[in-house]
Amino acid sequence: MTTAYEPNVVLSTKEYDVVGTRPIRHDGVDKVTGAAKYGADFYASNMLFAKVLRSPHAHARIKSIDTTDAESLEGVRAVVTSKDFGNLPWTYERDQVMASHKVLYKGHPIAGVAAINSHIADHAISLIKVEYECLASVATVHEAMKENAPILLDDLRTEDDLGNNSESNTNVAKHIQYSTGDIEKGFNQADLIVEREFNTATVHQGYIEPSNFTVNWNQDGRLHIWLSSQGPFEIRGDAAKVLGIPVSNVKVTPMEIGGGFGAKFSVFSSPIAALLSKKTGHPVKVVNTRTEEFESSTPTPGSYLKVKIGITKSGQITSGQAYLAYEAGAYPGSPVGGGANCLFAPYDIPNQLIDGYDVVVNKPKTGAYRAPGSPNAAFAIESIVDELAEKLGMDPLNLRLMNASKSGTRRSDGVKFPRIGCIEVIEAMKSHPHYSTPLKGPNQGRGIAIGYWMNGAGESSITLTVHPDGHINLVEGSADIGGSRASISMMAAEVLGIPAESVHPSVVDTDSVGYTSGTGGSSVTHKAGIVVYQAASDVKLQLLDRAASIWGTDSNSLEMNNGVISSTSNHNLKISFEDLAAQLNDTGGPIVGRAALTTRGPGGAFAGHIIDVEVDPETGKVAILRCTAFQDCGKAIHPSYVEGQMQGGTVQGIGWALNEEYFMNEDGSMANGTFLDYRMPLALDLPMIDTVIVEVANPDHPFGVRGVGEVSIAPPLPAVANAVYGATGIRMNRLPMTPASIANITK
Amino acid sequence: MSTKTHVQTKINGETVDFLCEPRQSLLEVLRDVLQMTGSKEGCNDGNCGACTVNMDGRIVDSCLVLGVEAAGSEINTIEGVATSDGLHPIQQAFLENAALQCGICTPGFIVASKALLEAEPNPSEERIRLWLAGNLCRCTGYDKIVRAVMDAAQKMA
Repeated sequence: MTTAYEPNVVLSTKEYDVVGTRPIRHDGVDKVTGAAKYGADFYASNMLFAKVLRSPHAHARIKSIDTTDAESLEGVRAVVTSKDFGNLPWTYERDQVMASHKVLYKGHPIAGVAAINSHIADHAISLIKVEYECLASVATVHEAMKENAPILLDDLRTEDDLGNNSESNTNVAKHIQYSTGDIEKGFNQADLIVEREFNTATVHQGYIEPSNFTVNWNQDGRLHIWLSSQGPFEIRGDAAKVLGIPVSNVKVTPMEIGGGFGAKFSVFSSPIAALLSKKTGHPVKVVNTRTEEFESSTPTPGSYLKVKIGITKSGQITSGQAYLAYEAGAYPGSPVGGGANCLFAPYDIPNQLIDGYDVVVNKPKTGAYRAPGSPNAAFAIESIVDELAEKLGMDPLNLRLMNASKSGTRRSDGVKFPRIGCIEVIEAMKSHPHYSTPLKGPNQGRGIAIGYWMNGAGESSITLTVHPDGHINLVEGSADIGGSRASISMMAAEVLGIPAESVHPSVVDTDSVGYTSGTGGSSVTHKAGIVVYQAASDVKLQLLDRAASIWGTDSNSLEMNNGVISSTSNHNLKISFEDLAAQLNDTGGPIVGRAALTTRGPGGAFAGHIIDVEVDPETGKVAILRCTAFQDCGKAIHPSYVEGQMQGGTVQGIGWALNEEYFMNEDGSMANGTFLDYRMPLALDLPMIDTVIVEVANPDHPFGVRGVGEVSIAPPLPAVANAVYGATGIRMNRLPMTPASIANITK
Repeated sequence: MSTKTHVQTKINGETVDFLCEPRQSLLEVLRDVLQMTGSKEGCNDGNCGACTVNMDGRIVDSCLVLGVEAAGSEINTIEGVATSDGLHPIQQAFLENAALQCGICTPGFIVASKALLEAEPNPSEERIRLWLAGNLCRCTGYDKIVRAVMDAAQKMA
């Protein structure tokens, strides 16, 4: 076990009483005792169980569907197909929920069955007869972009940045282009130009809890969905849209959520369960199997990138050009935009040209996965920067430092960086003992890399109620996927001068709190932080007003510090928050503080990794020997959970780099849709993941918070690749770097 | 339709009777029949460990055990780890070390770790990592889980 780097929080400029401490999370006891209720743990009375029939083919026309035998099986209560959407028009969203005339990937839903138990439902779907006309399929962007490639969507045209559409049928849904400076002039100024190509495989978020929905379409027309989702309000809106009902008729109750990493934003099978509920008059529960999760949830894209960088002898990057093609899956919407935004973001490159393509392929629709688009891009740029440093004989961190983005640097998409911590992260890496510790043996290598993610902001709504014993009830709408109840409560406690334990957070349903955008984009601690600061300040003002009215004085002469309200002019006037709280009902009534806002200015996040590996020259297997993660998080509200985000993201990045991929059969189906064959990192595969939290405060947040959840997944891909190069002398340009792929080259 | 079998077993020290179909797994019985939802289903094929329970002193994936096989056994689940005296030291260590994020894998890790520390009170980091290799966690990168088990071992010594 390596010794943790102490202290691991650097550059802090402001210390607080509660913020920055490490209390036990509020929902912790329920989660270590098994009491916490996740979506699949919800049982409604009279509930039926649903299963979904899915396409066995990657691409086929549906000629006919016969559900007669399934319907007549004992225990079956209803069967639905796309026909049950009634007269609602065909849309990509509706087609994704249940295919009508064509299936676009293996796993594409075709029908749903509700029965008295899941075994009978399972049996029933096997009795549905579907006649297919199989079509040629495309599994990669290379195949999909070929001339005369099989076309997935007949109406699809390539849309450019100005909204113009191509004339002919295509699998390319979008072409984005970022251009700045003069790309040719930049390359002419360069002494060295390196151009490389990279391919990455489709990977899955791999959350342990399969997607689940229990849906009740009530006789009064109201739809109630219990689920495990990152975005209860997004699901409310999307379910209403797919089912063609008013959004106010949908209530979503978020149960605890067992991981998501960006994937759990989709309505998935909930509209199927809704149709089954409407047909039967019962609540209907649908829980994906693990294989369904792999084959038909929303993985993150495989990609192809070609990147060219020009640099001077002294190490100044003059020009950067890139071609990015990302798999969208069966319908448009890959994170190629994220990739294009993040690719060159760590560097101040005066001349740039980026072309990005969103390409549909016969795979499930892709979704967000932790800094979506960024890891693929980081793999490309950071592999090349490493090569440039070596060719110029420069220290790889110094080369990055020379070209690092800072406040005022323009991002590729034209946005000017606000205060960012790119330089500070690189400096922290340089001064860390890991960087200067020699490697210990043959076949070992050290890789470094950095990465960027924009971070997100958005809507948040929070209500605080004061209890008579001086505690606070905090009502919020952000699904708590990894400790955000704790961080939000801590920020409320900080404002009110009370312990974190005196705040009791609840995540409530969409009828019980104002609109709150989903738990994604590293947005929660940022947006909920701003809103809870305002809500707690609202409570504070009301407390001062109340004390003023009790004392018959002006509230402007009162202040509240460390949980005590006192007068600045009369030192006899003093009351604790707790004592005042006990008097509220008799002195004018309860106090409820509130705030709701669309926040802006999440600040952007940079991370960097130093990773040591040992490569077995016989088998090509890569062992991770040591790993240190660095990240600018602005301010760590609860440092333990910030470290946890960094460690979790790092290990997902390592899995992406080394093991994880969708193996595709010749027929376009996935060959490895189980946790046995889709190999995610185990405890045994890893060392401790050391962390260094860099705190470059975000000026747009009351506590300096930047988002923390995502960026740490990006640098490990190139850091491992650069380390493998150090160990073997081979630059890997294809992910994952499986033992076979390395051994095939080393031998 | 399948007929149901009567099964008597002991769960967390209490004698429990239930009816189940021969095809129902122990996990399904715990969750769907007995409404003990602390054991989680992550894969239903023995690869994630979220459904880990202790069966006659051995940790098993309850999705790979049939309900009828539980007849006459002693089963201990996550629901039986804390007592009226409070949390088990492993549960406390998971909280203090922030060894969970989403928490879906946590019941399995706690049941598995408890069996380890009962058999080997002072395991090395390597031993803990090997023992827990049957439990997948996607949130934490395992660092804080391994530290929590080491911390619990120290406190239980």
